[in-house]
Amino acid sequence: MTTTTRPSRTSSRRAVLARLDVRLTPYVFISPFFVLFFLVGLFPILYTAWVSLHEWDLIRGQGEFVGLANFQFVLGTDSFYKALRNTFSIFLLSSVPQVIAAIFIAYILDANLRAKTFWRMGVLVPFIVAPVAVSMIFAKIFADQSGLVNNLLMGMDLPAIGWHSDALASHFAIATMVNFRWTGYNALIFLAAMQAIPREIYEAAIIDGTGRMRRFWHVTVPMLRPTIIFVVITSTIGGLQIFDEPRMFDTAGSGGASRQWMTMTMYLYELGWGPQVSFGRASAVAWLLFMIIIGIGILNYLITKRIATAGGPAKTER
Amino acid sequence: MQSTAAIEQFAGKGAARAARRRLKGGGGVDARPRWWNYVLLAVVLGISIFPLYYAILLASSDAGTIARNPIPSVLPQGNLLSNVIEVITSDIDFWSAIVNSVLVAVVTSLSVVFFATLAGFAFSKLRFRGRKWLLLFVIATMAVPVQLGVIPLFIIMAKVGWVGDLKAVIVPGLVTAFGVFWMTQYLDDALPYELIEAARMDGCNLLQTYGHVALPASRGAGAMLFLFTFVGSWTNFFWPFIILRGESLTLPVALQQLQSSYFKDYSLIMSGVVVSVIPLLLLFILAGRQLVGGIMAGAVKG
Repeated sequence: MTTTTRPSRTSSRRAVLARLDVRLTPYVFISPFFVLFFLVGLFPILYTAWVSLHEWDLIRGQGEFVGLANFQFVLGTDSFYKALRNTFSIFLLSSVPQVIAAIFIAYILDANLRAKTFWRMGVLVPFIVAPVAVSMIFAKIFADQSGLVNNLLMGMDLPAIGWHSDALASHFAIATMVNFRWTGYNALIFLAAMQAIPREIYEAAIIDGTGRMRRFWHVTVPMLRPTIIFVVITSTIGGLQIFDEPRMFDTAGSGGASRQWMTMTMYLYELGWGPQVSFGRASAVAWLLFMIIIGIGILNYLITKRIATAGGPAKTER
Repeated sequence: MQSTAAIEQFAGKGAARAARRRLKGGGGVDARPRWWNYVLLAVVLGISIFPLYYAILLASSDAGTIARNPIPSVLPQGNLLSNVIEVITSDIDFWSAIVNSVLVAVVTSLSVVFFATLAGFAFSKLRFRGRKWLLLFVIATMAVPVQLGVIPLFIIMAKVGWVGDLKAVIVPGLVTAFGVFWMTQYLDDALPYELIEAARMDGCNLLQTYGHVALPASRGAGAMLFLFTFVGSWTNFFWPFIILRGESLTLPVALQQLQSSYFKDYSLIMSGVVVSVIPLLLLFILAGRQLVGGIMAGAVKG
């Protein structure tokens, strides 16, 4: 037996194995993420560009190379521009009031409250309700004839609102669902950031004789700037891909009779899996939306950089 | 109050008294809550809870009553249980949707915690070439809207025959960039090098070190990551809606079918909604404190 007669050899072999372990194992440990990301994340995104240049459908698979014809088709439809308008309208109606409300809720929570955890958990309850379920509940609250809001309005002798027929009203209703689910979540993020503000700054402001309102506007809000930017950036990426809430706003799920609340992702779905079954055209929409999101991301980055160099309080952000 | 004591020393008694007065109310450290803090919070809490309560009100009613009174009575009626039973036993197989949702959520969450901790251990504690760049790459991927790759993903799933199969929903979620980043951040602080060295001295290879030292040390952050992933999986709709068919639906997809086939009976639709919310609500009552802590820790750490 070589192992027993020549111990020096085994120990050297063990040393080689140990070196290999130290050298290679870290890569093995991180590889699951990279393998999965390339297979189900990066490759599909890039391949979308390839599909968008072809005739391609659910049943027959890859067809002829058609160049930019799919893009031409999509950019020539009314639906595309409606989807673009609706997506941005819903996004603005949900993100702006949401950030403002979240900061104020965080401000109320940022006091030496009794039963802190209870209140914090309370504002987080909507987060655990699936968007689909949220949308089904709010679709009934905002129903045109039998809805809660309209009947309350009529009870007060006010005119009922066409939550499904009017474009802006439907955007407001859908934005309300998004706000319902995410405001408390963002309030907790702002609360954590508020608690990280050094107390000396408040003390200095108090010595200077500033009141509560001025302290809020001139100390708290500026110190929250990096967190506000973080929340806005993350909600842009998700918000422009919105699908669940508008899809479930009525039973048909096509975004209304004149597509008044159809979003970009809904249009993508309809082209790919609807009556047209055109993966090529759906891919064109996906790729256009992808470029819009990347473009806004770059814009966000530039604005952030501008603000940072303009001399806000420097703080690292995740 | 300590901070006003300091002010008294530096700026005199009058300033301290004024400061004490100003410190009351919200905002800032040591702020004493006033009654309106509680009133406003009660209003916020009411808004958070109301839609769920409204769903329970409708779910405990019946179609006729709902049609007659668009504004429901303030107290639930007695039909909740019978409505729930009717939904679960309807031709939309709600019962297996519940089982499927639990299965998908548990498997993805466990897997994310395992693989994210593995990668987090390597990124935070092991030395290897390209570590910094690879970690930056992981963070950058969080900004990629991967949902837009659904078409090729569907083509791939059709090729391997996974259309309508739960595997198609589970596999893409087995490890996430957020999880890797989260565990890297956590283990960076929480796992002392001494422990790793001790394990190495005892002859552990890196995998054994991970099992004996890193995994136990990451229990707290791992629990939070589990909760986050669980909620994300439970509420996920877009991709399951595209890929799942027939028998193997998850709850949100089953809810969509319920809405389109029972659209006339709101008591049944809302019963389905209530059924889909209850399991997560129970989990939230048990572990919501950790979820709150996780969100707040994530906000400050980065």
